[in-house]
Amino acid sequence: MASRSLDAFARMSIGRAFASGVGMVAGGFLILLVLVAIFAPWIAPFDYAAQNLMNANAAPGWPHLLGTDEFGRDVLSRVIHGARTSLSVSATAIAISMAAGMTLGAAAGYFGGFFERAVMTIVDLTWSFPDILIALIFVAIIGPGLTSTTFAIAIAYLAQFTRLTRAQIVRLKRETFIEATINLGAKPSHILLKHLMPNAIAPVIVVGMLAIGDGIVLEATLGFFGLGAQPPTPSWGAMMSSGTAQLFLSPWVIIFPGLAVAVTVIAVNLFGDELIRALDIRDRLRGA
Amino acid sequence: MILRYTFQRLLMLIPVSFSISVVIFMIVYLLPGDPIDNLLRVGSSAEDRAELVARYGLDRSLFVQYFVWIGNMFRGEFGDAIVLRRPVADLVAQNLPYSLTLGGLAFLFSSTVGMALGTISAIVRQPVLDRLMRGFILLGSTVPGFWLALLLILFFSVNLGWFPVSGAGGWQALVLPVLTIGFGGVALVARVTRVALLDAQREDFVTLLHAKGLSSGTILFRHLMPHALLPVVTILALRIGWILGGAVTVEFVFGRPGLGSLLIRALGQRDYPVVQACLLMLALAVMLGTLIGDVAQAAMDPRIREKKS
Repeated sequence: MASRSLDAFARMSIGRAFASGVGMVAGGFLILLVLVAIFAPWIAPFDYAAQNLMNANAAPGWPHLLGTDEFGRDVLSRVIHGARTSLSVSATAIAISMAAGMTLGAAAGYFGGFFERAVMTIVDLTWSFPDILIALIFVAIIGPGLTSTTFAIAIAYLAQFTRLTRAQIVRLKRETFIEATINLGAKPSHILLKHLMPNAIAPVIVVGMLAIGDGIVLEATLGFFGLGAQPPTPSWGAMMSSGTAQLFLSPWVIIFPGLAVAVTVIAVNLFGDELIRALDIRDRLRGA
Repeated sequence: MILRYTFQRLLMLIPVSFSISVVIFMIVYLLPGDPIDNLLRVGSSAEDRAELVARYGLDRSLFVQYFVWIGNMFRGEFGDAIVLRRPVADLVAQNLPYSLTLGGLAFLFSSTVGMALGTISAIVRQPVLDRLMRGFILLGSTVPGFWLALLLILFFSVNLGWFPVSGAGGWQALVLPVLTIGFGGVALVARVTRVALLDAQREDFVTLLHAKGLSSGTILFRHLMPHALLPVVTILALRIGWILGGAVTVEFVFGRPGLGSLLIRALGQRDYPVVQACLLMLALAVMLGTLIGDVAQAAMDPRIREKKS
């Protein structure tokens, strides 16, 4: 019952988020981007790894719409395949981070006591640190690569989800219907899963959606440092990293992947804002 | 009162810095392979190895090793860099001033320019200005810092030739890095200042001041500003960590010396003594920055002091 009404509510709100002009443009762009990422091999006009040294650093034009890089690889095809890397890494990382953060936060908020204090001490510890520093510490431990990038992003945003979930649970626990359920003799697992979580989940999902944008920037930054995706895997950050050497010769190698990151993250933020408005949860995002 | 609060916050730093240092210490042990090999350059002799083992007590328990290590860190003995073949302490001492200059200037830039813009937009009250600021905040928090840096280099250094492309010679080399880091901060501080000033203007005592015949200028600078300063200081305190994170990226892009570019180069080369020292220094900087921000906030707002003590 609870979950069915939640579904209907969520569907309605997402519909409402799309209803505004900004929401429609941003949401439409994101859907398009996901489709591009999924069907990248069929959409990309060239093989992303095919080198052609005779045609290196070619300016945007025909047939290479966004030009070619220092190995003569098609920039457009690499940006399209890069969407795959960026989106999948960020989404996977945030999914891990959300699952772990929700579990920790819900347990801390529900059980309280020493467990809560221990979890929150660790979480507050990472809270004041810039995400790039947390990610770099993690990359230092397990070495460069996409797997460590994924986990580094997951760790960097864990504190956010834990804090938010805990704040929701602590607030809900004081509600009359939860007290009533406790008095009726329901088990803690039943209360948590059937009553608390469905009511706590909306803000966490919205923050998760916004965090995917931050995750894309973080993935690009690590890639740019040469600590993320390794060649020849196309990633927006890694493309810009190899492009810096040719900054004067072929600026398009840097401009277009960066533009892809910027536009994607702006769309994520705008759509997230519309979702917050549609779900009417701005108050619940504060104080966490 | 404020001394007591500062002391309490300092005490709270002890468990925090302890945990961070343990994590950074463990980096070498969590890596695949022999930790001693991770600290030695390839082709080191058996004597080098024995010397390292003796210096760090690597034949003793992990627990003892940690205290030997942290003791060395406190005395500034960071060991030798594997790739750069120099004492890590020298490298840190050489690079730290650059990072502090860049971070300090970026902080100064975002606070002064941000507050000035915010005050102007609160007086002028143009909705267009507010929307512009919101746009800049969105851009500042979404556009990757390194990309913005590259675009600035492309435009100002390559096309216009105003500033050097990279390096750290002279004040010209600081302009673009400071702009890159401060970009998002300026808009954020401006918006917070504006909202705080507009909120303060609605207070009853301001109406009274107007009724008493004080000039708008006196009211703004003598009475409204102190009111508006608190949220601004709060947001600036939160911004310190962010600025340091930004400095790491920006140093790397502009090829400036500094802790950030040293760290990233060392990570790429797996030069772990350097990585550990840089991470430790950066973590310390973030913690101290947050501490200063918190104390400044408490000094201005007695409510915070009372709540925490």
